[in-house]
Amino acid sequence: MIDVIDLKKSYGELEVLKGINVTIHEGEKVAIIGPSGSGKSTFLRCLNCMEDPTGGSIIFEGEDLADMRVDINLHRRHIGMVFQQFNLFNNKTVLQNIMLAPVHIRNSERKKALRKAAFRKIANVFRKEKLPLPDISVSKKQIIAEEQAHARQLLQRIGLEEKADVYPSTLSGGQKQRIAIIRALAMNPKVMLFDEPTSALDPEMVGEVLDLIKQLADEGMTMVIVTHEMGFAREVATRVLFMDGGVILEEAPPQEFFSHPQNQRTKDFLSKVL
Amino acid sequence: MGNFESKLRNFWDIFTNQNGCSYVLTGLKNTVLIAVLGLLIGILVGTLIAVVRVFPKYRRLPRVLNGICSFYVALFRGTPIVVQLLVAYYVLLPLLGVNWPSLNVCILVFGLNSGAYVSEIMRSGIQSVDPGQLEAGRAVGLSYSVAMTRIVVPQAVKNILPTLGNEFITLIKETSVVSFVGAADLYVAFNNIGSNSYEFMVPYLVMALIYIVLVLLISLMIRLMERSLRKSDRRN
Repeated sequence: MIDVIDLKKSYGELEVLKGINVTIHEGEKVAIIGPSGSGKSTFLRCLNCMEDPTGGSIIFEGEDLADMRVDINLHRRHIGMVFQQFNLFNNKTVLQNIMLAPVHIRNSERKKALRKAAFRKIANVFRKEKLPLPDISVSKKQIIAEEQAHARQLLQRIGLEEKADVYPSTLSGGQKQRIAIIRALAMNPKVMLFDEPTSALDPEMVGEVLDLIKQLADEGMTMVIVTHEMGFAREVATRVLFMDGGVILEEAPPQEFFSHPQNQRTKDFLSKVL
Repeated sequence: MGNFESKLRNFWDIFTNQNGCSYVLTGLKNTVLIAVLGLLIGILVGTLIAVVRVFPKYRRLPRVLNGICSFYVALFRGTPIVVQLLVAYYVLLPLLGVNWPSLNVCILVFGLNSGAYVSEIMRSGIQSVDPGQLEAGRAVGLSYSVAMTRIVVPQAVKNILPTLGNEFITLIKETSVVSFVGAADLYVAFNNIGSNSYEFMVPYLVMALIYIVLVLLISLMIRLMERSLRKSDRRN
């Protein structure tokens, strides 16, 4: 699903990623662990070009995202991302937070279709074989109504329907993060990226967020998770990557990884955190 | 004090019986018009410049635009407003060969001038918004411009509203120089009343009072607006 080939990222002189090769298959749950400063967050942020890679390529659905000519916005719609600091839109209510992107994107696609239809209608006059007109039957109101229903359904799923019309500043960290997750889900992404989703939470709220992520994992969502929760990585991941110094030092299924680490750096790290 | 009373009576006489009232109303209208339209143009121009200046500069075009904007800001902040008015009215207009009423020139010059100041205010406002907000917008597939206009700029405006109100107050007060190019503002109105009676004490006193009342009204409006914009910060 995602092929990362010799991915490199440097900030000026500082080389953060020194050539990463990894393939993420559909349905896989990949946990990335490693000491801080090892480049794991940078790697994750390169996957949807939040940071532009300085070398190598990221093949997603047959297109190289690292190529500057690719319209990254189109691909980001299929790659959900959840941040350590939640990053809910502060000026929007919870419902608006979830609806904003899907409604905007469908509206702009509708506009494009309208333009195309108008053009085709005129062009068809001169054509022998009439081209079919694009479907423009869905109105703006319908789009909003549909997305609102979808958003409410997602909110119901995490049991926060009564929070639909409040602003993010009134929510707890756990609630914010769960809403951030369903905001990403509202786009029906094919893969989800989690950047230390529980690191900014109070300990008592970590559970609810991890439970939601686990639910998604059980439903077969493809995931890449940067985490410090070793227990979670062991339980949910199908593969664990250990990163240090900008390279992947070891990768293995969780059972093997935690019980028989091969690399000396991995052993040192695990002995410190477990 | 009897002297003052007669001056007061004199002023009242001109104000009610000899067109003084309509002078003042026209002056007030022009002053407010220049300030309000000037601020609107200023916000428009300022927001554009601010967005150009915070735009990531990997490519050449943003760099060139950034250079132009820096020059613009330097130009309008580096010369007094009176000079800008005079240059626009007596140099640029004849050079371009257009014949605009002085009021329009004043609105435009005040707009462009305040645009330079608003751009700096706006820029600091945009930079005060957590970068995570833009990132989250980009991550769900919104383009830079949409994420900026729908998420970042609204939050920036909320943060800078008090400063923007300040700018409006400054504008209202600065409009008192438009008589340099012959526009009829509050100052011109009271000056006329004064010259009619050769008596300037009361007219100028009333003029000062009107400016203060205007500014107090604006402050009140800003406070009300701020309160309604703070909705998303309140816990309920």
